[in-house]
Amino acid sequence: MISRFQLPDDRVEKALPDKKPLLGLAEARAESERCLYCVDAPCIKACPTEIDVPTFIKKIATGNIRGSARTIFEQNILGYSCARVCPTEVLCEGACVYNGWQKAPIKIGRLQRYATQHATAQGEPAMFTPKSAPTKGARRKVALVGAGPASLSCAATLTLEGHEATIFERLPVPGGLNTTGIAPYKLHAEDALHEIEWVLDLGVEVKTGMEIGRDVSAKELLDGYDAVFLGVGLGRDTKLGVVGEDGPGVHGAVQWIERMKTLKKSDAKLHLGRVIVVGGGNTAIDVARESALLGAEHVTMVYRRGPDEMSGYLHEMDGARKEGVTLTANTLPHSFVRDAHGKLVALRVVQTRHGKPLPNTEHDLPCDAVVVAIGQAKLRELAKQFPGVEMDDRGCIKADPKTGATGNPKVWSGGDCINGGKEVVNAVADGRNAARTLIAAWSSKASE
Amino acid sequence: MADLTTEFCGIKSLNPFWLASAPPTNTGEQVMRAFDAGWAGAVWKTLGDPIVNVTSRFGAVDYAGQKMMGLNNIELITDRPLSVNLAEIRDVKKRYPKHVVIASLMTETKHDWQVLIQKCEDAGVDGLELNFGCPHGMCERGMGSSVGQEPKLLTEITSWAKEFAKTPVFVKLTPNTGDIVEAGQAAVKGGGDAISLINTIKSIIGVDLERMVPVPRVGQGSSNGGYCGPAVKPIALHMVAALARDEIAGTVPISGIGGVSTWRDAAEFIALGASNVQVCTAVMHYGYRIVADMIEGLSEFMDRQGIANIAALRGRAVPSYKEWGDLDLGYKLVAKIDPKTCIGCQLCVTACNDGAHQCIFTGPGERTRPPHAHTKGKATAPTPLPLGKIAGDRVPWIDEPECVGCNLCQLVCPVPGCISMVEVPGGAHETWNDRVAAGRGKIPGGIHD
Ligand SMILES: Cc1cc2nc3c(=O)[nH]c(=O)nc-3n(C[C@H](O)[C@H](O)[C@H](O)COP(=O)(O)OP(=O)(O)OC[C@H]3O[C@@H](n4cnc5c(N)ncnc54)[C@H](O)[C@@H]3O)c2cc1C
Ligand SMILES: Cc1cc2nc3c(=O)[nH]c(=O)nc-3n(C[C@H](O)[C@H](O)[C@H](O)COP(=O)(O)O)c2cc1C
Ligand code: SF4
Ligand code: SF4
Ligand code: SF4
Repeated sequence: MISRFQLPDDRVEKALPDKKPLLGLAEARAESERCLYCVDAPCIKACPTEIDVPTFIKKIATGNIRGSARTIFEQNILGYSCARVCPTEVLCEGACVYNGWQKAPIKIGRLQRYATQHATAQGEPAMFTPKSAPTKGARRKVALVGAGPASLSCAATLTLEGHEATIFERLPVPGGLNTTGIAPYKLHAEDALHEIEWVLDLGVEVKTGMEIGRDVSAKELLDGYDAVFLGVGLGRDTKLGVVGEDGPGVHGAVQWIERMKTLKKSDAKLHLGRVIVVGGGNTAIDVARESALLGAEHVTMVYRRGPDEMSGYLHEMDGARKEGVTLTANTLPHSFVRDAHGKLVALRVVQTRHGKPLPNTEHDLPCDAVVVAIGQAKLRELAKQFPGVEMDDRGCIKADPKTGATGNPKVWSGGDCINGGKEVVNAVADGRNAARTLIAAWSSKASE
Repeated sequence: MADLTTEFCGIKSLNPFWLASAPPTNTGEQVMRAFDAGWAGAVWKTLGDPIVNVTSRFGAVDYAGQKMMGLNNIELITDRPLSVNLAEIRDVKKRYPKHVVIASLMTETKHDWQVLIQKCEDAGVDGLELNFGCPHGMCERGMGSSVGQEPKLLTEITSWAKEFAKTPVFVKLTPNTGDIVEAGQAAVKGGGDAISLINTIKSIIGVDLERMVPVPRVGQGSSNGGYCGPAVKPIALHMVAALARDEIAGTVPISGIGGVSTWRDAAEFIALGASNVQVCTAVMHYGYRIVADMIEGLSEFMDRQGIANIAALRGRAVPSYKEWGDLDLGYKLVAKIDPKTCIGCQLCVTACNDGAHQCIFTGPGERTRPPHAHTKGKATAPTPLPLGKIAGDRVPWIDEPECVGCNLCQLVCPVPGCISMVEVPGGAHETWNDRVAAGRGKIPGGIHD
């Protein structure tokens, strides 16, 4: 496919195949026919975008694949990547009535991928025709900052309704963490980009390589557009702030993943050998699992509390363990040990109880690389440039979780930058809800 | 262990399971394998002047993942020379003297019938089955169901066969008729010793929508065929029962056919008056091996029920098959949901609300009944609200005074045993016919009120 956005072909992530490949026709039929077609179905309520799951599944069962995809996209325009990246175990599939019956829940994510992948395949006719102008009121212009799932969902919803949406993205490729952060065995970057091409074909405009606050100012956006949506996500990897951290062999997790997903093998410099991952969240588990799959000799996760307190999902940790990842719990990094040439040789750690260091427990864990996955910084600076937009104690933009409204009536926000870091599907819901709120407000203003 | 042997018009059979005349009884080699698997009898694929068949021949209805819920075919009678079939029959009878071989026959003139019957009996068959049922192809040539649909013709040809036959004559009826009892009586009138039914139902199984040709497709055309398999069982059960309780048709034994796939199906046919059963589709789907479970399952069931032999099971449910007007209007059932096993899918809620009597609700407190409800006031949730082990507060509840006991919720509930229909005090026993006899047959609100 000729894409507007080019990635090198021999990226590191290509070595990791899909763990949940596309279902075949027979599998999709059989699985969709198992769905009970529940009423007031719990799976719908458990989906942050409230996709009408029984309806889309029944359409697969009858062979109406495009209709099935339409049902999905009406609620979630990024239904394809959500199908592949959602932690369905704790969302829709976790709520399926079959669980209570001690039977395997319906594979909702796999079926959702089946419908959306077929319906967005190259050569398929367009599924939606955006309105040329809103049904009521004038065509408005909206600027969106960051081309992650939140902004893409917001922009698509506005465009379909006949408004004009322009996204500004600082990186050369759009998609945010959906393109640069998702574990490759769930979604490869080129598949994320294929979906974005499909969204852009609806009429959404994206300007890459444009950083708001540097290339374009906040004021310019506020002056030039009817509304601004901030979907900037989170910032750089947080550092441990201990001795020896700066230097070769120590990586920030999100940056490490971005290199693995977007760079050529020769440029990625991932230092696979004996790898230590610091952290206990899903990003830490992802990095550990990816390192193991990519052939690291040994991968251990260093986490400062007990295994039960990890914020990462149990099903993800189970997966990592199967890949050979070990967990060194109740352990806190103390410093990085380097040889005379500055080469990293070990991570010095102390043991902890309830997260607090215990005296005289220092010891070295020999390693070739350490990946630090203890969170991402908040983009406080950018938000400050929009008058009236406030931040909470965590550094997240204060916005109404239902509508995305901020302290500035012209500024809306959603996704990781307001929730501190959840899932793609939450960002999609936020973006869509903000767009729906704007559309409703503009159309009711017009009828006044 | 229950005695599964039967005697049918004097023909002794090891068990009540026979193969119907169809592809599973095409050849001697097949029939012998079937006997080895446990089948007690086989009605040979219909004999007559050989025909030519088309490709393709079968079509099926799949339902929600279940393959071949119904099967349709446009195949004709045997396409093999009569002499070959007869030689094989002779061989089978020699090797399997305790097993039953019935020749299914179809031909035209009286003389043809005479010759055909004689040749079959010479080959050693235990009986003859007259195929008056095939609803495709052969009927266009004045045979098969075109005979079965014409009572006079049916009686006449049966009497020809009786004139020539030394072995028992079974008349196989077509369900493609207005009144099966009329056909059954005609068979008895012609002297038929037994009735087999049903043959297949005239049908078009579907359309190839890309080519706009019905299926099964033969090049750019197709033809109506005969429908059989699990989907037709209810139709067959009714026809068997209707004959079994008829004063004339019910005087001869019945071989029940149509959708028999399990021992349970067989038990139902026998309870409604069949003396044995014949099977086609289930064997075409899963092979001869299914008979092992049929034999064992039926025997276990009969032991459990204390039914010693097939004769004792036969017709047990016939007396309770009544006219609608003789049913008890005072009897009342209501639905009960077991919160322990309910999974909270709420299919019952929607089924009752849209397709029945608007009396299943969810959640605590009062619920407004629909304006047409018979009971005054609001429906009230039971207190405490039933909380399910699995479904929590998603367990629905029944507004009992409004429940008409129709069964729909129980039928849609995916969890076996979760919804039960329980008997509650109703009115005094009274039937519609009682009411009419007592002069209370007119209900207010009629056409003239
Ligand atoms: C390693 C990792 C793995 C993950 N795995 C999963 C998973 O498996 N499943 C799942 O559902 N979720 C996962 N997530 C979470 C998910 O990726 C995020 O929740 C989601 O991408 C948030 O979307 P967003 O649009 O809010 O922000 P982002 O995806 O972060 O997008 C924000 C965009 O804004 C751009 N931007 C920032 N500042 C500016 C500026 N000033 N000017 C212009 N552009 C700017 C950024 O470059 C970025 O492209 C994962 C996250 C990480 C870190
Ligand atoms: C492919 C096929 C061919 C059949 N051929 C004959 C036949 O030659 N003679 C006959 O009397 N019945 C024939 N039948 C009807 C079966 O004997 C039987 O009456 C009918 O299929 C119903 O039984 P079932 O539901 O168990 O299949 C045929 C059925 C099928 C499916
Ligand atoms: S978007 Fe995610 S949570 Fe929602 S139904 Fe699809 S796979 Fe499940
Ligand atoms: S809860 Fe499960 S069975 Fe019910 S509609 Fe949803 S996916 Fe289907
Ligand atoms: S009673 Fe049956 S149909 Fe009704 S909600 Fe419970 S499981 Fe579903």
